[in-house]
Amino acid sequence: MVRFENVGLRYGLGPEILRDLNFLIPAHSFQFLTGPSGAGKTSLLKLLFLSLRPTRGLVNLFGHDVSLLGKDQVADLRKRIGIVLQDFRLLDHMTTYENVALPFRVMGREESSYRKEVIDLLKWVGLGERMDALPPILSGGEKQRAAIARAVISRPRLLLADEPTGNVDPTLGRRLLRLFIELNKSGTAVVIATHDMTLMDQYDARRLVLHQGRLHIYE
Amino acid sequence: MPARARNMSPIVPRGSIAGRALIAVVAIMTFLASMTTGAVLLVSASAAEWQSEVATEITIQVRPAPGRDIDRDAAAVADAIRAQPGIVEIRPFTREESAKLLEPWLGSGLSLDDLPVPRVIVARVQPGTTLDLEALRRRVRQVTPSASVDDHRAWIERMRSMTGATVIAGIGILALVIIATIISVSFATRGAMAANRPIVEVLHFVGAGDRYIANRFLRHFLRLGLEGGIIGGGIAMLVFGFSESIAGWFTGTPVGDQFVALLGTFSLRPSGYLALAAQAVLIAAITAWASRRTLFATLNEID
Repeated sequence: MVRFENVGLRYGLGPEILRDLNFLIPAHSFQFLTGPSGAGKTSLLKLLFLSLRPTRGLVNLFGHDVSLLGKDQVADLRKRIGIVLQDFRLLDHMTTYENVALPFRVMGREESSYRKEVIDLLKWVGLGERMDALPPILSGGEKQRAAIARAVISRPRLLLADEPTGNVDPTLGRRLLRLFIELNKSGTAVVIATHDMTLMDQYDARRLVLHQGRLHIYE
Repeated sequence: MPARARNMSPIVPRGSIAGRALIAVVAIMTFLASMTTGAVLLVSASAAEWQSEVATEITIQVRPAPGRDIDRDAAAVADAIRAQPGIVEIRPFTREESAKLLEPWLGSGLSLDDLPVPRVIVARVQPGTTLDLEALRRRVRQVTPSASVDDHRAWIERMRSMTGATVIAGIGILALVIIATIISVSFATRGAMAANRPIVEVLHFVGAGDRYIANRFLRHFLRLGLEGGIIGGGIAMLVFGFSESIAGWFTGTPVGDQFVALLGTFSLRPSGYLALAAQAVLIAAITAWASRRTLFATLNEID
């Protein structure tokens, strides 16, 4: 589903921060992406999400060479990818419900067709009582859960999560991990970027370890 | 608990776009454009009226000459012209009428005996007839060598160039107004996009294409453009609507008479109002187009 061949990335004229990346992310797979702070985890996620283009090498996503994609094709591919970023990126003028329903709205679906699905998911992540709240009054953990719910609501084929349990207590962290595992079992390939060893120890999965710009894979 | 339908917030909040300033700019631009168009239409219509009136007239001047009786010369010329094919009406000006024509310059109570004032004869030509002006001139000179024929061609030409210049100036002003509108709208759109950059980024995250995002913004700008266009165009129409009554207040004053002479009754025809309405819609469309162009250019910079 995702193939990286000799991929390198540098910002401007700076040093190469990702070097010679060669790996596959198969469909239905589950992996943790880890490494010390500043190792390039977020940059690798951005490459996977098509927010960045590699400075060299080949990135193939869902059978498409990303260097050949136009903006409309990138938008189409992103509909198959869910992403959770560290800063949540919720829209402050929309309620929690509306933020989570946003991917469906962008797809042009009627509100009645997804209402139950969104409410069920919000209840599952513990935001059943906060559906009509605006993000500025949500706690960090609640924002995190809303961002995760938005990323998984449309059952993407690939889910990318950057430190998804960074702002929640261990109990909720485990609950969210279970959500990712359930999603993976229903067919979504999952990449969770984290340096939380406790989280990784809770589920036996492939580990992609970034160190000094290079990737080491532990199956 | 059954799920109830929800009122969804707009994806781009209306308050995040500096709407009032843009509506004011578009309204002012539409007003200026409408006033220009209205004025051009008025001048063109009045000029066309003058031209059609003047084009069906010729004027014969009989100048006094030593040893000749000007009254007899004028009568002979009038008879000669009347006999010409294509002439439908002859109106020789009497001495008193000639004196009245000179009143604005020389004052009343004028005695023409002391002045070599020419006598004027106005002949009306059958509309659509091509008059043989050279033959007419020859005939008139035969009867009275001191008479001359004026078909107002030079004056009509001057009128044509004056109306042409007015129309060109109007088009120039319209072009400037449209360019200023495009620039203002482009700046407003850039400002709105900068203020809403986080929204655009999130929409990109959830797979929205540029077209989808641009359309969310475009609705706002089209509405703002329409509001501005209606306000500006509406005020201009009211101004033209009331101008006839306002002009009526000045009737009899030198200024009022000059306006009536230049612009007739100072009222727009229904087609003029239609033109103003079409122009307001055009400016709203230009607002939407300029905004769309800027939106796509800006979206290319945001990811």
